[in-house]
Amino acid sequence: MEILVCVKRVPDTSENEIEVNSSGSDIERDDLVYSVNEWDNYAVEEAIQIVENAGSGSVTVVTIGDDESEEILRREMAMGANNGLLLSDDAFENSDGKGIATILKAAVDKGNYDLILTGAQAEGGAAQVGGMLAAMLDLPYASLVNKIDIGDSKLKVGREIEGGNQEMNDISMPCVLSIQTGINEPRYVGIRGIRKVASVDIPVMSASDLGIDASAVGEAGAKVKRVDYFVPDLGDGAEMLEGSTEEIIGKLIELLKANGGL
Amino acid sequence: MDPILVSPQSFSVLGIPTVIFSLLIPVIGVAIFTFIMAKRIAPLVKAAPDYRFDNLPNRLFNILKIWLMQWRQPRYRLAGILHIVIFIGFLILSIRSTSLVVIGLSNDFVLPGFGGCIGDIYNILKDIAATGVLIACIIAAVRRGVYKPARYSVPEKYGHDHTAEAVFVLGIISLLMLSESFFEASFVAAQVKTGAFEVAHLMPGTLVWFSKLFLLNFSQSSLQTVHILSYYVHDITFFFFLCFLPLGKHFHVITSFFNVLFMRTKKGNIKPVMYGVTDDKLDELESFGVKKFEDFTWKHMLDFYTCADCGRCSDQCPANAVGRPLSPRFISIKARDYCFEHYPIRGSFIKSEPLIGGIFSEDEIWSCTTCGACEQECPLGIEYIDKIVDLRRGMVDEGMVPQSLQKPLKALEKRGNPWGKMEKKRSEWTKDKEFAAECPVKLVEKGETAENLYFVDSISSYDDRMQDLSKATAKILSLAGIDFAILGKLEKDSGNEVKRFGEEMLYQDLKDQNTTAIIESGAKKIITADPHAFNVLKNEYSGLPEVEHITQVVARCIKEGTIKLDTCEDPEKVYTYHDPCYLGRHNNLYEDPREALDAIPGLTRVDMEKSRDRSFCCGGGGLMLFYEPEEETRMGVLRVEMANEAGANVIVTACPFCLVNLEDAIKVAGFEGKIEAIDFVELIERHIVR
Repeated sequence: MEILVCVKRVPDTSENEIEVNSSGSDIERDDLVYSVNEWDNYAVEEAIQIVENAGSGSVTVVTIGDDESEEILRREMAMGANNGLLLSDDAFENSDGKGIATILKAAVDKGNYDLILTGAQAEGGAAQVGGMLAAMLDLPYASLVNKIDIGDSKLKVGREIEGGNQEMNDISMPCVLSIQTGINEPRYVGIRGIRKVASVDIPVMSASDLGIDASAVGEAGAKVKRVDYFVPDLGDGAEMLEGSTEEIIGKLIELLKANGGL
Repeated sequence: MDPILVSPQSFSVLGIPTVIFSLLIPVIGVAIFTFIMAKRIAPLVKAAPDYRFDNLPNRLFNILKIWLMQWRQPRYRLAGILHIVIFIGFLILSIRSTSLVVIGLSNDFVLPGFGGCIGDIYNILKDIAATGVLIACIIAAVRRGVYKPARYSVPEKYGHDHTAEAVFVLGIISLLMLSESFFEASFVAAQVKTGAFEVAHLMPGTLVWFSKLFLLNFSQSSLQTVHILSYYVHDITFFFFLCFLPLGKHFHVITSFFNVLFMRTKKGNIKPVMYGVTDDKLDELESFGVKKFEDFTWKHMLDFYTCADCGRCSDQCPANAVGRPLSPRFISIKARDYCFEHYPIRGSFIKSEPLIGGIFSEDEIWSCTTCGACEQECPLGIEYIDKIVDLRRGMVDEGMVPQSLQKPLKALEKRGNPWGKMEKKRSEWTKDKEFAAECPVKLVEKGETAENLYFVDSISSYDDRMQDLSKATAKILSLAGIDFAILGKLEKDSGNEVKRFGEEMLYQDLKDQNTTAIIESGAKKIITADPHAFNVLKNEYSGLPEVEHITQVVARCIKEGTIKLDTCEDPEKVYTYHDPCYLGRHNNLYEDPREALDAIPGLTRVDMEKSRDRSFCCGGGGLMLFYEPEEETRMGVLRVEMANEAGANVIVTACPFCLVNLEDAIKVAGFEGKIEAIDFVELIERHIVR
C-alpha cells in the first residue's frame, strides 16, 4: 500500500505565547517555535502502522513550504515515513485553502497512491484542504476519521460524530481521509532519530515541476483573503465569588435563584 | 591397635570398598558443577561490556564491609542476624567440608596449617559454627514457613511462591550440619564406649556434643553404620548443594563475592550508553539501550544471578508502596527466570525476544523515580537505576514513550524547559518589583559577571510557587555577602531527568549548552538549590567549576558567622526534615541541612522513621511530574502521613520537586491546616538576622 500524508509546519501552541501583531495582519512570529501540526502527526503514525501491519508499501510525507519546512519532513521520516517531498515555490506563498489543495493535487497526480491522509485541520482551523483535495482528485472522502481497518480493496473507517458517537463506513480505495487526533498514540521521535535521517535526500518540486499555473495558486490565485486578526474585547460579565467553600456555594445558589436558574 | 571405628577410606559394604564412593562423588559432583557453571557463564560472554576493574581500593573496601562484614544485613534485624550466623558458619565450615572430602580418600588427612593448636581451636570454632547455623536454620525455617513475613510473598502476577525452595535449602543446610556432627560424634561416642585412652574433647552445648550424648546409647556396630552413613550423607549433600546453587536464588552463595567486588563505587551517575563509546561517538551506535536480554552488561546479568529474593528492595521501593506496577525484586527475578529459560542447562539456547512487552511492561519501567532506595538497601550490591535507564533508552529509541512525556521532552528540545515556556522568561522572577528592589540579581545574559553562578534550573525559574525558592535563595546569597549571577536565557534545563528518562541525546545537547554557558560566564563556583541540578552538574557534567548545594553554603556560612539566625518564629511547631533523594542517597548530604535547621534557636526538630538513607521518595522530580502512573495512592501522601506519625507539623525539604509533591499531597491527604511543607531556603531566609 502506497500512502501519501500531507503535513504542515505550524507554530506549536503549547510552546508559544501567541500574540497578534500590532497591525493585525498576522501573529507575532519572532521567538516562535514550530513543529508538525498535531493532527498530521497522528495521520503519519496511522500510515506507518498500516504499512507495518501490511508488511509492504511505503509512506511518503509531503508539505508545502520553504526550506525550514524540511525540518518537519525529517521529523516524520525519523518516525518511520519512507520518503519526504517538499513542494516549494515563491508562487505558493499566501495560498488560500483551495490553492493548497491545488498544489497537493498536482503532487498526488505525480505519484501512484492508494491512500491519501491529511490532518483533520491545522492551526488555522479551517479544516478544508482534505475535502477540497478529494473533490479535485474526484476520490471518495471521509473526514474526522478516528479508526481505520484495512480490507482487501476497501477500508472500514470510523468517524467521530456528534456527542462522542461513532459512525462506521466502508470506503473504496484510493481515497482521501482526514485524520482526527486520538486515532493512535504517535511514537516518540528523539534527537537520535532525527539525526539518523539528517542527510537523507528530500526532493523539492516547484510549480513548473508540478505543472501548476502560478497564477492559479498563491496570493494571485487566492479567492479568500485574511483581512484582520484581533483579540476580542474582554466582556464584563464575569464575577469572582470569594470566601470559604461553603460561602461560595451559598452565594452561587442565591445568584442562580435570583436569575431564574433554580 | 585396631582403629575404634573403620574410616570411610577403609570400609567396605557388600564387599565394595566405600573409598570408591569417596572418589566418585566429588569427581561427578565437580564435573556436573563445572558443566552448570559453563552454561551459566555463557550469557555473560554475550553481554554488553562493563568496566568494573577501576577503583580497586574501594572495591576491596566493599568486599570487607558489605560482603565479609555483612554491613547491610542488620538493617533488617532478625533476618540480618540469622543471615550473618549462617554466612559466618559457611565461611568457617567451608574448610571443614573441604577437608572432609579428602578424608574420605585419606583418613589421616589434615589441612596444611591445621595440625596442632590451630587445628584444636578450629575444631571448637567449627562446632560452635555448625550449632549456630543449625539454630539459625530452624528459626529461619519457622519464620519463613509459619510466620511468613509479608516481604517474601509473591503477588500472583509474578508467578509462584518461593517459600518451598527457601525451606528446602534450609533443610539441606541443616542436613549438612547434622551429618557433619554425627560423623564426628559417632567416632567420639565409640571412643568413650571403648574406654579409649585419649578421647577428643567436644565443647559442651554444641551440636556435636549433643549428638555424642545421643549416640552413646548406640551399640558399637550401630555407631560404625552411623559413622559411614553420615559421612556419605554429608558428601552427597555437599555436592548436591554445590550443583543446586546455580539453579536458583541460592546462586548468591557463589556469586555474592564477585557481585560485591564489582558493585558500583560512584554515586549519582548513570552508566554510559555503551562502555567504551565516548559521547561524541554515540551517533555511530546502531541501537541504544537495552531491548533484548543480551543488551544488559555482564555485571547486570550477574546481578540477576545474585538476587537472593530477600525482598528488601521492594520493601523500600516507593513505587511498589503506592501500587505502581514496579517491584525491583521482580525486575531481577523475572530477568533471571528469562535467562534460565533461554540459556537452559540442558538443550540449546533459545533465540531472544524483546524484553518490553515480554517480561517487562512499559509502565513498569516508567514507574521508577530513580530514588535509589532499592540500591541503598540491597545487601548484595545489586543495581537497578542503571538497568531502568538502559531499558528506557531502548524504549526511547523505539519511540515507546507515553504521550504524557512526549510533550515535555519536545518542549525541552525546543525551549530548554519541560513546559515550553519562552527562553527570555527564564529570568523573569528577578524582575518582580518588590524583590528586585531588595535583591538585585546579576544576569550573565546581559554580560554581567560574578564569582559564583547560581544555577536556578527550570522549575524554580518558571513555576510561580517555586520562584519563591529562587527569590529566597538569591536573598540568602546576597545577605551572606556572596557575589553571584544567574545565566538567564542562556541556562537550559540541567537534564538530570532527561538522562534518567533515557533521552540521552537530548541530555547531551542540554549538557553541552549549559557547559558552554557556565564556562563562558567565568564563574569560579556553581551554587544551586535544586538537588537534581546539583546531582547532574556535580556527577555527570565534566569540566565545570566546583558545585555546591545551598544547604552546604548555608551550613558553612553559619559556621563562619556570615549568616546569623533569629529565634524560631514558630517555636510551638515541630519540624521534620525530608531528605530529597538527590541530596541524600545520591550525594550523601544528610548533615548540612540538619545542622542549619538546628542552628535556628528554639526550633524543635524530629526525624521521621524513614529518614536519611532510608528517606521515602516524595513522588519524583523533573519529568516524573508529567508522567501519569497507575497507582493506588501518591508517594507524597504516604510521606505526609509519615511526618504526621512522627508528630511533625512542618515538613522542611530542600528540593523544589519535593515541595510540589508534598504541598499537593497535604491537600490530597486532608492535612491542610494541620501540616505544612516549606523549603529549606524559605525557612532560612525568614530567620536570617538582617
